[in-house]
Amino acid sequence: MFSILRSIWLTFIHMFHKRVTVEYPEKKNYLPPRHRGRIVLTRDPDNQERCVGCYLCAVACPVDCISLQATEDENGRRSAEFFRINFSRCILCGYCEEACPTDAIQLIPDFEMAEYNRQNLVYEKEDLLIDGQGKYPGYNFFKHAGVDAGVKAKGEGIDEEKPVDIKKLMP
Amino acid sequence: MIDILLHIALVIGIMLGLVMIAAGLIWLERRTLALWQDRYGPNRTGLFGTLQVVADMIKIFFKEDWIPPFADKKIFVVAPAILMISILLSFAVVPFTPLIGVVNLNIGLLFFLGMSSFGAYSIVLAGWSSNNKYSLIGAVRAASQMISYEVFMGLSLMGVVMLSGSFNMRDIVLAQQGRWFFIPQFLGFIIFFIAGIAETRRLPFDIPEAESELVAGYHSEYSGMKFGMFFVGEYLGITLISAMTTTLFLGGWLGPAFLPPIFWFLIKMFAFILFFILLRASLPRPRSDQLMALGWKVLFPLSMLNVLVTGALVLYFKL
Amino acid sequence: MNIIFYIASALAVFATIKVVTGKIAIHCLLYLIASLLAIAVVLFILGAPFIAALEVIIYAGAIMVLFVFVMMMLNLGQASENAESGLLDKKMWIGPSVISLILLGEMIYVPLNQRAMPLTLTIITPAAVGQLLFTKYLLVVELAAFLLMAGILGAYHLGEKKKQVYHRFLKKGNDIK
Repeated sequence: MFSILRSIWLTFIHMFHKRVTVEYPEKKNYLPPRHRGRIVLTRDPDNQERCVGCYLCAVACPVDCISLQATEDENGRRSAEFFRINFSRCILCGYCEEACPTDAIQLIPDFEMAEYNRQNLVYEKEDLLIDGQGKYPGYNFFKHAGVDAGVKAKGEGIDEEKPVDIKKLMP
Repeated sequence: MIDILLHIALVIGIMLGLVMIAAGLIWLERRTLALWQDRYGPNRTGLFGTLQVVADMIKIFFKEDWIPPFADKKIFVVAPAILMISILLSFAVVPFTPLIGVVNLNIGLLFFLGMSSFGAYSIVLAGWSSNNKYSLIGAVRAASQMISYEVFMGLSLMGVVMLSGSFNMRDIVLAQQGRWFFIPQFLGFIIFFIAGIAETRRLPFDIPEAESELVAGYHSEYSGMKFGMFFVGEYLGITLISAMTTTLFLGGWLGPAFLPPIFWFLIKMFAFILFFILLRASLPRPRSDQLMALGWKVLFPLSMLNVLVTGALVLYFKL
Repeated sequence: MNIIFYIASALAVFATIKVVTGKIAIHCLLYLIASLLAIAVVLFILGAPFIAALEVIIYAGAIMVLFVFVMMMLNLGQASENAESGLLDKKMWIGPSVISLILLGEMIYVPLNQRAMPLTLTIITPAAVGQLLFTKYLLVVELAAFLLMAGILGAYHLGEKKKQVYHRFLKKGNDIK
């Protein structure tokens, strides 16, 4: 009997408590920078696409929502001919970001991707590409890579040794 | 002639007002429940979400009104109407103010008891005609619960009848001048209120429709406006029990003169309605047999004792 | 008031006929409830509002709910409907209806042959009913109370559960092997 009255009183007291509801569209929660939301393709400091079309993200994707086709320009620089993410399948797991060797594919703190038409959730490369460098500013994959793709000559890269002259005996 | 027309207008006005209050209670309950659960509740449509009622009504009117092929069609259609009719008829004897009221019946209280016992049919027939095992279990529970609690409801009111010496609701209110009946009849007041919760099948005594066990109990198969009638009927039931508690135990329209009588009535009634909602927010649902045990082993002897003691005191002091 | 009286009486008769001729048990019960309500209206018009209210509360409100309850639990199907249709056979109803017709004839004959008495409308208040019950008919009330007490005791006896012992070791009369 007493416990019934007590629980009624405790519920009544809740009238003066702070409300826990966050009124979402007007008030937005803080999202940490590493929040896994919408997927973007970033560019390197030279404003070139970072993606080299290695297919690792498509392989890592557990729901197979990424499809792409690699191509190569006259300098030998690889890039994606098309890059398509079906966000109606994407589960925002971030495996593609982990798999990416060039830090091109990144997940950003934005999740508001509601659409009336399901087809609009399929993002093409031009929808995915952004102008910035994302979470890793200053990183340029082709500066580190051992290949000459028009960015730098072979052996000119950061922390890269000169190529070994195989015609010589000297080390 | 003009008198009759005025009276008809008054009756229609009261009915519309009650249905409006009942519909508004849907919004009020959602808001206040949210308040007690640290939420906001519907606050998007209109000012503080008050237009939510309109939205709900539009939705419920345009829903498919489906009658299951395995149901007993006639009874299935009639059942929700019985609920609405019996509750709205009960309001006929409630005196809102000295002027506002449908009839001045000298057996008003008995009429109320008769109509409230009639509401049980609606639930039982709805459950039976749905031809569904969950509905049937809900109906069986509702029948046992409502029949048992009618007994204590009637008995708990006998103290009021003895003190005022009348079954007429107006006389009962007038007999409370200077001393509201909830002071001498505190036990009766508590028993009547508990029985009222059980009669309206409100939480915590919503055993007939217990969602976690019986889908939605007796109205599992109902949809569209037929469900709407059950829904509004429940809120009308709350309003009825609150109005009756106000008239019988809290002096009806009586109150200090700085407010008109109707305001006093509405203030007291809404206080009880809010208490109904608070109960819903705070108490868990007992088991069916616990409810029966509470009724027959605690409330029944207590209400008998109340009748006995009140009768003895009335005889000793007045005669 | 006269028109309402005749409407209510006609409804009572009609509903009662439907109770007898109906085939689905629950529908018959609903007609019976309607008939009881119509009779309550008749009583109210005849100046017995207390009895009318009791008719609604006790007969229509409580006892008939129990009837519906039982019907609901039995859930009679097509078979019982067929059996009911069989009851409407000629040789089944002709005997009772002859007897009823004789009774009806008597009931018409007796009032017609009496001196015409104007129906005096005296409204009997609940207080008057109560006074009569506890003075003139006190013995009857007490007897009815005894009957109800016996009924309650019987129901209690029937509903009593034997204490069940689930484990075979704890049962009496069982040899433990």
